[in-house]
Amino acid sequence: MAQESLYDLAKVIRSKNSGPFQITLDVLFDDEQLYHYVKDCGVITPDRVASLYGFPPERIQNIVFFDTALGIKITFDREISSGTSGDRDVYGAQQHIPLASLRVDMDAFRHLHT
Amino acid sequence: MQTLKILAPCGILGYGFPEASFARGMAMEPDAIIVDAGSTDAGPHKLGAGVAIVSDAAMRRDLEIIIIAAASAGIPVLIGSAGGSGGRVHVEHTIAIVRQIIAARHLQDLPSAAVWADIPKDLIRRKQREGRIGPLGRTVPELTEERLDKTVSVVAQMGHEPFERALRQGYRLIVGGRAYDPSPFAAFCAYRGFPLAYGYHIGKILECAALCAVPGTTKDCMLGTVREDGFTVEPLSGQRSCTPLSVAAHTFYEKEHPYLLHGPGITMDLQDCRFTQLEGGKVLVTGSRLLQSVPYTVKLEGALPKAYRTFVIAGVRDPLMIAGLPQIEKEAEAQVRAYYQSIYPDGDYRIHFYHYGMDAVLGAAEPEKGLPHEVGLLFEVIAASQEQADAVCASLRSTLLHYGYEGRRSTAGNLAFPFAPSDVSFGPVYEFSVYHLMALEGREPVELFPVEPISWR
Repeated sequence: MAQESLYDLAKVIRSKNSGPFQITLDVLFDDEQLYHYVKDCGVITPDRVASLYGFPPERIQNIVFFDTALGIKITFDREISSGTSGDRDVYGAQQHIPLASLRVDMDAFRHLHT
Repeated sequence: MQTLKILAPCGILGYGFPEASFARGMAMEPDAIIVDAGSTDAGPHKLGAGVAIVSDAAMRRDLEIIIIAAASAGIPVLIGSAGGSGGRVHVEHTIAIVRQIIAARHLQDLPSAAVWADIPKDLIRRKQREGRIGPLGRTVPELTEERLDKTVSVVAQMGHEPFERALRQGYRLIVGGRAYDPSPFAAFCAYRGFPLAYGYHIGKILECAALCAVPGTTKDCMLGTVREDGFTVEPLSGQRSCTPLSVAAHTFYEKEHPYLLHGPGITMDLQDCRFTQLEGGKVLVTGSRLLQSVPYTVKLEGALPKAYRTFVIAGVRDPLMIAGLPQIEKEAEAQVRAYYQSIYPDGDYRIHFYHYGMDAVLGAAEPEKGLPHEVGLLFEVIAASQEQADAVCASLRSTLLHYGYEGRRSTAGNLAFPFAPSDVSFGPVYEFSVYHLMALEGREPVELFPVEPISWR
């Protein structure tokens, strides 16, 4: 089974504060077929994302797919608010790595689009 | 077709922009120059301590170019969230820099105003009693009387209405306090009779300047043109262009939802927007919708000083030390706590260790578990006073430096300090204590944000 990481598949994969109490993850594609494949294969779910980050799925506020922009947005609650003692990432700018490590099975994609 | 052209020089006032891009924008005869200066990204310290995001020199450089060009072209300048956090002290700081430019260039006749965004605590108390204030997020701590009391000052993000009022009163240089980033752009559209929906959406894009272009940056200029049927955005540097995808994707940036964006009294619904490529790296946006929110709510922001910090950065290279770090730190902390038992009996201080090269960025979420050959060790002491933080941190540093951990071979010292002195007495640590929505009524969306003329004489 051929798998690729979301880091390799995405054009943009990033994290940033959405206000001081949340972090938002963006996964943007530049290929419409690839975006729809990742969206439709159902690999991005609250349970799956939460397990990558090691927190309960309830911490995730929403996962939204926006077809116009070929993008996926995941917003979750911070454990510690931005910039106070104990925070590790004031801008929330480097919290995308656990999501980026998500492996996507690409066999069906190749089958569909070659 | 009637159009309205807005020049957006940079993503944050003081971030800088190439003068060539700016000149190209001015040659296109814009109707206004609008720049957002604000952000909460840098944490609660700027708001709490009353300091700016950018240096005075950087702010002066950008303001000088903008004010001189606008005065000579006879077009208005609108600044949102002046000084970064947009509180009184931040706005006054910006005005002081503008004053130097006005004096040097003899522009004392420029009709100018400040728009204040400070919210009195008494109003917050009354609104709380009336049940009109709620936390913006599930993890925002309750705003108790004690926490409100400790909060340095509270600002609210204004909508377009106070800026529009200042424009209608004839002011041409408007230094705004804390504002929803798109508000000054929306205000100018409303003032000139263009649809507010385009004003807010173009503001959402232009407040980050060229970040929606490819390659994206907050440090280059953009021109936005509002039309009756939508708006266009275009970069002003030949090195960049906008594409339908780059502009569509920009709405993702640092918001919790990709196409429903909440502002003061409004929600932007951008789900059905269409993005069309035009010549010259320009993109046409149509279909932006704006919903009025009931009740009208504004976002409140406030920060309180929580504790004091002292920290040390040191390198660790010895493999036995790296392998044993968590245990060594635990033992060293126990020694320090035992030592200070008699001096600070309540033990009311906290010690945090961060291991750069291992898991400092992600903490428990770090998927890589292997040991590196070198660790950047950061430790901090958080205490009720600076003196206590300094004292405990100094002891912790010397204890760790000489700690005789199990099997140690490098018996002369455990830490490589890059600096002397090694201990950094940091000052107060702030925390966002207010991040709440407050419901307004009647004329409050305008009247809570007073427009005050500035005399340059």
